Amino acid sequence: MNFKLKIWRQKDRRSRGKLVKYDAPDIPAQASLLEMLDIVNERLLLRGEEPIAFDSDCREGICGTCSLTVNGEAHGPDHPGAACELYMRKFRDGETIIVEPFRVKSFPVIKDLVVDRSALDRIVQAGGFISARAGSAPEANSIPIPKHYADLSMEAAACIGCGACAAACPNASAMLFTAAKVSHLALLPQGEPERTKRVVSMVQAMDAEGFGNCTNTYECEAVCPAEISASFIAKLNREYSKASLRRSAGE
Amino acid sequence: MTGNLEARIPSGPLDRKWTSHKDHSRLVSPNNRRKFEIIVVGSGLAGGSAAATLGELGYRVKCFCYQDSPRRAHSIAAQGGINAAKNYQNDGDSVYRLFYDTIKGGDFRSREANVYRLAEVSSNIIDQCVAQGVPFAREYGGLLANRSFGGAQVSRTFYARGQTGQQLLLGCYQALCRQMAAGTVQMFPQTEMLDVVLVDGHAKGIVTRNLRTGKVDNVAADAVVLATGGYGNVFYLSTNARGCNVTATYRAYKKGALFANPCFTQIHPTCIPHSGDYQSKLTLMSESLRNDGRVWVPKRKEDAKKPPNEIPEKDRDYYLERKYPSYGNLAARDISSRSAKEVCDEGRGVGPGGRGVYLDFADAIKRLGEETIRERYGNLFEVYEKITGENAYQVPMRIYPAVHYTMGGLWVDYNLMSNIPGLFVIGEANFSDHGANRLGASALMQGLADGYFILPYTLPNYLAGQMGRRPSNDHAEFKKAERDIRAKIDNLLKINGKISLDSIHRELGALLWDKCGMARNKNGLEEALRKIPDLRERFWSRGRGIRVPGDGEDFNQALERAGRVADFLEFAELMCLDALARDESCGAHFREEHQTSEGEALRDDENFADVYAWEFQGNGQIARPRLHREPLHFETVHLAQRSYK
Repeated sequence: MNFKLKIWRQKDRRSRGKLVKYDAPDIPAQASLLEMLDIVNERLLLRGEEPIAFDSDCREGICGTCSLTVNGEAHGPDHPGAACELYMRKFRDGETIIVEPFRVKSFPVIKDLVVDRSALDRIVQAGGFISARAGSAPEANSIPIPKHYADLSMEAAACIGCGACAAACPNASAMLFTAAKVSHLALLPQGEPERTKRVVSMVQAMDAEGFGNCTNTYECEAVCPAEISASFIAKLNREYSKASLRRSAGE
Repeated sequence: MTGNLEARIPSGPLDRKWTSHKDHSRLVSPNNRRKFEIIVVGSGLAGGSAAATLGELGYRVKCFCYQDSPRRAHSIAAQGGINAAKNYQNDGDSVYRLFYDTIKGGDFRSREANVYRLAEVSSNIIDQCVAQGVPFAREYGGLLANRSFGGAQVSRTFYARGQTGQQLLLGCYQALCRQMAAGTVQMFPQTEMLDVVLVDGHAKGIVTRNLRTGKVDNVAADAVVLATGGYGNVFYLSTNARGCNVTATYRAYKKGALFANPCFTQIHPTCIPHSGDYQSKLTLMSESLRNDGRVWVPKRKEDAKKPPNEIPEKDRDYYLERKYPSYGNLAARDISSRSAKEVCDEGRGVGPGGRGVYLDFADAIKRLGEETIRERYGNLFEVYEKITGENAYQVPMRIYPAVHYTMGGLWVDYNLMSNIPGLFVIGEANFSDHGANRLGASALMQGLADGYFILPYTLPNYLAGQMGRRPSNDHAEFKKAERDIRAKIDNLLKINGKISLDSIHRELGALLWDKCGMARNKNGLEEALRKIPDLRERFWSRGRGIRVPGDGEDFNQALERAGRVADFLEFAELMCLDALARDESCGAHFREEHQTSEGEALRDDENFADVYAWEFQGNGQIARPRLHREPLHFETVHLAQRSYK
């Protein structure tokens, strides 16, 4: 297949970037989008030009490293799935494909298509965990957990931390990411002791990182490669309200 | 050689060794722990759990990973599950059985004491993960669910959908985040370790390169822990993430750490078949699929091109069920992989290129309904459809073996310390627990066992004698190591050649897959050993070799990868040398010269019941690495011909 590409090139965080046109002829239909970029890079390299920097690692949709906006959509048009799971057969022959990094103020561009998403790590550091010291855990079956809650918790826990939710959101909100972690832990009895503190701290961290608010546009859910439901945002709001009430009641 | 090849296995009966070892190991008191700085390289299940646990104990930890966040380490891609001898199913499991299955699965090429300890702590791992909030699958009564896995006749595998590695890693990442917030662990993402620094024979630091800025730096510590995973990407195509590499362990090897059993590489039986040169990686389909899927190929090669639904039942060969009636489709990984290769070599392989076999769910769907199958494996079926465009609920999946895991790694003693004092190696990066073949759902178990429950006991034993011995990173050894690394980077940039890095790496991979893959023989290995130095020469040749653009003081992905491939090109030789020296078949190492009349691996316990540990002697053919042999003593198990029939 043959494609025309417009790719975001930016030298570093401080420089101005721009879209640069490239031709991508003779691309196998079974190749993934990232493999197409590999081919383009190999050709650029041999022509003595600088290859396009882009991030990827597992290339099977689980590590959350790839962070591309393809034709204006986070992770491209084939939802649900990360950009590494996007195959060229999904595009029309001769199509122009625009590839940009995730566009979020809190994810500064490092180079070309690579962004800095450490803001997401800092939200988890604020409280996205259960304090369980190695060596002090009780017998695993001592707390039965209804299957329904275990399954629901797993649905939230499936988040791959890619940040597409924030990239797709018109407000650059990281609510779906934060909601997934808060819900994963709040749905389990083990998460109970730190439940109040967790949600308050994580929401504060999210705000401090400069992410926007949620106005229920559901773009996050539409692009999420792990199919995290936006209903977890409602859960986050309930958790946050309950926690605030408890705090104001001095509990 | 630095240190010696003393495995330091405690005396006493097998089931008392670990307890008595812990009872007699030296401790570091709580108020002294903050005086020690520990470097952990890697943030996967082994490194992440070690860093979090050591931080929690009060040590000051510096953790390095090449990914942009510790949550992205490749442990995340493990699908199927984690073994533990909980015996929740009341089906006869025990610590001894898990130990025995693991040592038998490894074809009796691992240490009894290490494997027994692994089985012993397996239950604690599940307790720990549940306490952290890992959402394992549960039954309707709320108790934990189990599934069965290859190489075992009990159900002892815990799982979280098909994303067990992800959930365990997130548990460990969250514990790490907690320590980062507490200030005990300092995280250095996008930072690669390029050398280990020895001061007076002890590992006391590392040289790093910040991948984002290109800055080369050195870091001093009281001990160094390598948790840098396996070297499967030496084959170019594997199920490993793109960034997985041998650099940290190989450079430690060049500093004197012994590399053990490098030829033990696991080829996973159930991956999506290779489809073309453009392909950058292979995708695994969890082995748990073999619980419900039946593996077959046509009986006659004329049928191989026909669509599967046109091949009637009587013309299908369910070869695993036929050859191994008691384990059937759940036969151990090496056996399943080799059987697939055999039927494809006979011309009965299916799909493009004839390198594939069917994994068919039709019977399971008939028996259990599509809904149950969807619940068990839904996400795997989706992945399959994304990549191949085929719906496996309707047509059988096509699978073929692919490189997946490496049992070999740096040699360590019972304390997980290499022969270099102060250099510890955990998880896939060491060689210790899986022998010549790893059983499914055991990698996650080993990574977490090492990090949560073994290293936190064995590291203090070393540290207790090292109080106040941490050098400054101004020490001459650090400056020298840093200079050497800068020179190495400059050399890569100076090649200024004409060929692409991937083309050389692909060529190396194809050579190894052919000569040092699922089956090996003397001639093939000798041929590979002749060809690898040529590849190296083509790589390094000034003006004609590889092309690395840009400079070293920048974010330069081509440069990162060039350094890793340069190490693979040297390491590959060590792998082939080991495969040639091990003149027997065992587990995943199948030497065609040594097989039973039925084509099974034929071990030679008299001459090869040893660990082969290689010592670096210098570059090139002239100075071949020196071999050290550690005899394996079997006090409890009886060495049997492995049979899954």
